[in-house]
Amino acid sequence: MNPGKILLVEDNPDDVALTLRALKSHNITNDVVVAQDGAQALDILFGADGKSPVDQELPAVVLLDLKLPKVNGMEVLQRIRADESTRLLPVVILTSSDEERDVIEGYSLGANSYVRKPVDFVEFTQAAKQLGLYWLLMNRAPPVPRRP
Amino acid sequence: MALRDWPIKQKLTAMLVLISGLVLLLTSAAFAGYQYWSLRRTTRDALSIRGRIIAANSTASLAFSNDADARELLAALRADRHIVAAVLYDKGGHVFAAYPANGAGDVVPVAPGPDGYRFERGLLIGFQPVEEAGSQRLGTLYLASDLGAIYDTLRLSGVIGVAVLGVALLAAYLLSRILQGTISQPILALAETARAVSTRQDYSVRAPKLGEDELGALTDAFNQMLGRIEDQQNELQRYAADLEGRVEERTHELQERNESLRRNAAELLAANTELDAFAYSVSHDLRAPLRSIDGFSQILLEDYAGQLDQAGQDSLHRVRAASQRMGTLIDDLLKLARVTRAEIRTEDVDLSGMARDIAADLQRATPERQVEFAIAPGLRARGDTRLLRVALDNLLRNSWKYTSKQAAPRVEFRFGDANGGQAFMIRDNGAGFDMKYADKLFGVFQRLHSAADFEGTGIGLATVRRIINRHGGRIWAEGAVDQGATFYFTL
Repeated sequence: MNPGKILLVEDNPDDVALTLRALKSHNITNDVVVAQDGAQALDILFGADGKSPVDQELPAVVLLDLKLPKVNGMEVLQRIRADESTRLLPVVILTSSDEERDVIEGYSLGANSYVRKPVDFVEFTQAAKQLGLYWLLMNRAPPVPRRP
Repeated sequence: MALRDWPIKQKLTAMLVLISGLVLLLTSAAFAGYQYWSLRRTTRDALSIRGRIIAANSTASLAFSNDADARELLAALRADRHIVAAVLYDKGGHVFAAYPANGAGDVVPVAPGPDGYRFERGLLIGFQPVEEAGSQRLGTLYLASDLGAIYDTLRLSGVIGVAVLGVALLAAYLLSRILQGTISQPILALAETARAVSTRQDYSVRAPKLGEDELGALTDAFNQMLGRIEDQQNELQRYAADLEGRVEERTHELQERNESLRRNAAELLAANTELDAFAYSVSHDLRAPLRSIDGFSQILLEDYAGQLDQAGQDSLHRVRAASQRMGTLIDDLLKLARVTRAEIRTEDVDLSGMARDIAADLQRATPERQVEFAIAPGLRARGDTRLLRVALDNLLRNSWKYTSKQAAPRVEFRFGDANGGQAFMIRDNGAGFDMKYADKLFGVFQRLHSAADFEGTGIGLATVRRIINRHGGRIWAEGAVDQGATFYFTL
């Protein structure tokens, strides 16, 4: 088993801390790379200013918030799906919103899953655990295309 | 031109001329007949007188057989050009003397006929006995006269008659030309007025009245009729003008109202968009800090439990409970806002099936509770499936919640008579409520029970009412404390 990394795209540091704690408390020890806004997420995936991405390896899953500074979550998702190298990358929308239009738009743009962050931290921890277990361990990741 | 198409003036003139001509003609004919008859009689009388005179004068000639005297006597008849022939017969009936002397054989009878005067073969003839005073018949005198005298007189009468007829007809024509005006003039005036009315649509013209006869009455009636039409016309025009004014006014009003509606719609759209953005922001941004409050409280409880005494831990538990409760409140408020904004898609909804699903969900979520659900089969309605599910879910969840302290909880859903009509009803035997607070039941954040007794945000029934109202229905409730509650709704 070669559990990959998690790319957490989240601008709220509290949410970052809580998510990391939730993942860690369930011994999901994978590296979690945090992007604090959409632009940073795109830089991590595609490389900044035309340079190659820092990390050649793609994450196993992207946990994507929707309301982000600079480039919002939906745009990030669009870019991921538009690029040949990340077309099949599993993306889970993890957000506070449960607006129907967000759910519909998210799935329309090719999100693999849509999870609403519960207020209750116990529930939140549960959700994070389930997500980590499912996407990192149970889910068979798509073959990683060779980077050009 | 056919007679009936003649102008009335010509008709009247022709009528008068024809009548007077006919009368004159009949009079003349009668007169001519009388004159003819009387002329014949006069002529015959004259010839018989002349015959008797000649007979008296010729007695001597016959008595003495002096034929020269007799011829001379007859020759005196030359003076009368109408005498065609005269003959004296002797006693034996033989011609004794004749006039004219050469004797036109065809007009002189060979022997005397019976005595007397008569018209025969276009001539007036007469046989006059010649007698002496002693009544001895000496012979017979024959006289033949043509009818020239009669015809001359008649011809003259005819010429005079024709002349008189002509003059009379002329006079009749001229007179009728003048007199027919008294009849035709008012009629022509009426016709002229009628034409003016019909061609110019001018109801203000009046026919001149020329007399007090029937035509005068007709003119009066016609003028009155015109007057009434004119009045009505004027009234109609007034109405039309009034109506036009009103239409214009209304159109103007409508335009203004449309304009204001358009403005309102635009404002409403803007408000809706704003509300949308607000709701979205609430949904997203208000929950994030709550999550932090709850999350870090939990972390404190987990990681620093040893450094906190019971009161400290209790405080943190309260912080968590409050933040979770606020999360629920936010969610419920968003649901209420969503119900208000949602577009209604009307379709056939199986309410019974929906209620069974909700009951099963409730049972699954709290398997330890035993609640008897009595859901009538076949309840259907027209409405928006999702919204009606939210409403039904709220109502059944309510019943589920408020029967939690009941030994034998029962929830019933059916359709039946209610409040003078028919309505869907959801009845439970739970905690119920005091009817004097019934009007507060459906208000936002209005609760009739403390959170300690029954949890809740006070938004659920407000949401239900909004859904029912948006379907054009009505919702009300009946209940009593500890006697259960019944919620009625129509769609």
